[in-house]
Amino acid sequence: MSYILSVVGQIAPGIGASLILFVLTLIFSMPLGLVICFGRMSRFRPLSMVVNFIISVLRGTPLMLQLVVVFFGPYYVFGLAVSNTWRFWAAVVGFSINYAAYFAEIYRAGIQSIPVGQYEAAEILGYSRSQTFCKIIFPQMVKRVLPPVTNEIITLTKDTSLAFVLAYAEMFTLAKQVAAAQSSIAPLFVAGLFYYVFNYVVAFAMDALERKLAYYQ
Amino acid sequence: MKLLEINHLKKSFGDLDVLHDISMTVDEGEVVSIIGPSGSGKSTLLRCATMLETMDGGDLIYGGEAAVRGGSYASKSKLAELKQFYGLVFQNFNLFPHYSVLKNLIDAPIHVQKRNKAEVLKEACTLLENVGLSEKADNYPCQLSGGQQQRVAIARALAMNPKMLFFDEPTSALDPELTGEVLKILRELAEQKMTMVIVTHEIDFAKAVSDRVIFMADGYIVEQGTPKQVLDNPQNPRTQAFLTKVAR
Repeated sequence: MSYILSVVGQIAPGIGASLILFVLTLIFSMPLGLVICFGRMSRFRPLSMVVNFIISVLRGTPLMLQLVVVFFGPYYVFGLAVSNTWRFWAAVVGFSINYAAYFAEIYRAGIQSIPVGQYEAAEILGYSRSQTFCKIIFPQMVKRVLPPVTNEIITLTKDTSLAFVLAYAEMFTLAKQVAAAQSSIAPLFVAGLFYYVFNYVVAFAMDALERKLAYYQ
Repeated sequence: MKLLEINHLKKSFGDLDVLHDISMTVDEGEVVSIIGPSGSGKSTLLRCATMLETMDGGDLIYGGEAAVRGGSYASKSKLAELKQFYGLVFQNFNLFPHYSVLKNLIDAPIHVQKRNKAEVLKEACTLLENVGLSEKADNYPCQLSGGQQQRVAIARALAMNPKMLFFDEPTSALDPELTGEVLKILRELAEQKMTMVIVTHEIDFAKAVSDRVIFMADGYIVEQGTPKQVLDNPQNPRTQAFLTKVAR
């Protein structure tokens, strides 16, 4: 028990580092996903084609590579010095853009699953386009996309460990260091337990949200 | 007074000509039923008249003001104004599932027409009473039967205070035992001299409430007149054939 506590003490700074990366990524990627979704669904063909290509790159290349590109991009493109704080923000930016691409496609599926009759009823009642989206379509979309969004959020908690590629000291990075120092894989299991407990809480919260929205079909 | 005037309406989907040359008028207080086999263009006509579908040619005139003339549409603001002229009740109700019955009724009058909330609420309560659903005000559409949902949809359309109402097969999605409660509401509206255009398969109902019946086939108006003329004594062979089939 005291061993576990000592491991926890050693990886504790990483827990906060993982958590802040997780929270900031969600805060930025969920709205950004909506913007990308609008671009993807735009009736202006060039825009939708460009956005479609961007999504395919973001989904089709390793997130780890994208993180490296975001981190070193400013140096290679603009010749800017890469600072230590940029290490953190590069991780946030890289994660946010990548996850936004996935959220965009989830939102698109949600929006396209709303029956056309809802748009027609709104039009007959005189709602403007923005009113129709904000009042009629968006709330129904949110309800429909909750299960796949939960999937993404759970994946994100585990994906934060990829930030090690930028030498960002998140939880799993520290756990690996402790494991190497002790020549034991036990610290990795301790880290695993943290991911599991955290995701259990996430799933519970999302389930509660789903139940809260279950008042209509 | 003519509330609606359609002249030489043309509509095609790609190579398929759905409406060839439709001209019709609707007077204030008149109840017009449109009947005909499926694929005859009835619903498309209604969707063109309510601007859910863009017409390819002809005029669409509401209360003397043109929404479409010679196939070209009026300005956006003019169209928005003319859209307040009419309401539409759909075959599938299309209620907003995330809104309560009451909110379905009051949201558009408050947020689109910017009317006084207390006044809208009062009217909505009266409307719900008229369709016999006062106790369902706080329920959600999924908690109602099809017939009840359609009655809410009618009340929602009326809450906008339209000058006329279109109905697109309002009972076609309902179980037979539920059509009666919706037709009863329509009958009451007809008695109150609400101007209505009803696309329907309910021939007996059309006979009972309509001032005029229009029979359509293959994108043309084949025959129109009083229910007596069209339904009891049809002149055109297509009308005769359709009515014999339906009567069986």
